[in-house]
Amino acid sequence: MHHSQHINAGEKAVALHDKVQALLVSNLGSALLRSQIDYDFPVFVVDKQRIIECLRLLKEDTSTRFTFLTTLCGAHFPEAGDSEFMLMYQLHNMHTNERIRIKTFMSEKDIEVPTATELWAGANWMEREAFDFYGFRFKGHPDLRRILNMDEMDYHPMRKQYALEDGSRDDKKDLYFGR
Amino acid sequence: MSTITKVEKGLGVAVETVEQKDYSILNLGPTHPATHGIFQNVLTMDGEIIVDAKPTIGYIHRAFEKLSERRPYNQITPITDRLNYCSSPINNMGWHMTVERLIGCEVPKRAQYLRVIIMELSRIADHIVCDTVIAVDTGAMTGFLYLFQWREKIYEIFEEVCGARLTTNIGRIGGMDRDLNEKAWAKLHAFLAEFPKALSEFQSLVERNRIFMDRTVNCGPISAEMALAYSFTGPNLRAAGVDYDVRVMNPYSSYQDFDFNVPVGTSGDTYDRFMVRMAEMWESMKIIQQAIKNMPDGPIHADVPEFFLPAKEDVYSKMEALIYHFKIVMGETDVPKGEVYHCVEGGNGELGYYLISDGGRTPYRLHMRRPCFIYYQAYPEMIKGAMLSDAILTMSSMNVIAGELDA
Repeated sequence: MHHSQHINAGEKAVALHDKVQALLVSNLGSALLRSQIDYDFPVFVVDKQRIIECLRLLKEDTSTRFTFLTTLCGAHFPEAGDSEFMLMYQLHNMHTNERIRIKTFMSEKDIEVPTATELWAGANWMEREAFDFYGFRFKGHPDLRRILNMDEMDYHPMRKQYALEDGSRDDKKDLYFGR
Repeated sequence: MSTITKVEKGLGVAVETVEQKDYSILNLGPTHPATHGIFQNVLTMDGEIIVDAKPTIGYIHRAFEKLSERRPYNQITPITDRLNYCSSPINNMGWHMTVERLIGCEVPKRAQYLRVIIMELSRIADHIVCDTVIAVDTGAMTGFLYLFQWREKIYEIFEEVCGARLTTNIGRIGGMDRDLNEKAWAKLHAFLAEFPKALSEFQSLVERNRIFMDRTVNCGPISAEMALAYSFTGPNLRAAGVDYDVRVMNPYSSYQDFDFNVPVGTSGDTYDRFMVRMAEMWESMKIIQQAIKNMPDGPIHADVPEFFLPAKEDVYSKMEALIYHFKIVMGETDVPKGEVYHCVEGGNGELGYYLISDGGRTPYRLHMRRPCFIYYQAYPEMIKGAMLSDAILTMSSMNVIAGELDA
């Protein structure tokens, strides 16, 4: 059984959360790892293996119909061990104006995740960006190349181990800027 | 010369045939006067017909999302200027509102109305760029030069409010940095009085113009289904017939107080995209007039001293103001932990900020949902089978802005 924790949750957000939670529990069972409401946004964490099944369900089920993929992006939490990489999908039902966020976590060794391009054509570049920035390997993606950085780049720059400023510069130390 | 392998399904059996055809490769961009920005498209052409297009983007990628992880919240505003630089104030306000949502700050009504005026002015400026450039690409230079000076007048109003024209850094977290001064009001009223005449004149030049219509009707169309599958938002989605507007669906900054229409098209072609933007300029004028008429009195910023710079004379005379001034300037303000998403209706569609805060002085992660980046990927699909000149027109009617595309 997963647990739920809510921060700044309005009545509408709680109702939406409970509806989607019931649907996911009955269809995915224990693959729904946890859920919460963060600033009026229901957030669901789903097992990576079943992420596409989950997105398809939310898109096609008549009770939810999250047919619009608003955005998709990655994030890196180096301290989180086996779940250091997060992939976030934000969905929108334009008829009822309901929005939810689906997250899945994975480790650096196991950074392959199935592509969402079969559900939304627009996921193509969003996934290329997530690959470019964080190195997510989208399995089944039709054209998984870097998109904003140059092809020759040999690392994924949004990962937290890469400091923003050039390490060889000693005139840009934090202490000179009161940091 | 390129070889295309075709699989034909005849009599239920797949037969592979090899068709030899002379395709030429045309390199359009990265710096090409007709693309209005730095985009590269490698086109496969069959004579004058486009068979395929391969876009390359990222020429002005400046790593905004990475930069944001190192900058205090108030220092991120200038970064947002450089997303869609045709309507910077909307990006600025969207960012302020994202932080305000995170820190739970209620902005006073007057500041919200002032923001609406500024945002709608920039929407008009943005649409002037797009619509006049469509006209230029069909050969109508006059309208472009004629209407473009009105964008200049809008920039003059911005200049009175914040001192800058293009990259405005306008407003602050918690409200506005200053009220509109006498000169700004005068310029705004002059604009409202004179712009409608210029706009309707431009409209009458092109709207039912035979040449313009021949060029734009049925040029680069996209269906509503396809537009939604590609996560289109903004005027491009509305031109395809979907009435999604963030201002109406998730009202922010008091948009619920205003009465305006959401214009939609039917076929999602260049003509509809042009007309939707045209109609939106008129709606923006309506909104600004209502905002001026019902402008509430009161403060122009919320009481959030840890984010809003105190007045200079207070900094020199009051201990508390000096401390807050120091904390803001050095970026020592802590914020709550949490995740927020806030979106505004930008010039090109839903501009969203997804912010993860770990409570520190900078965002832990900031993702910008840039409408341009998302819908430009449909471009090859939209121009397949079209002529080269139509491809140029389709691109300008999508209003692809390099700054927003590459972030």
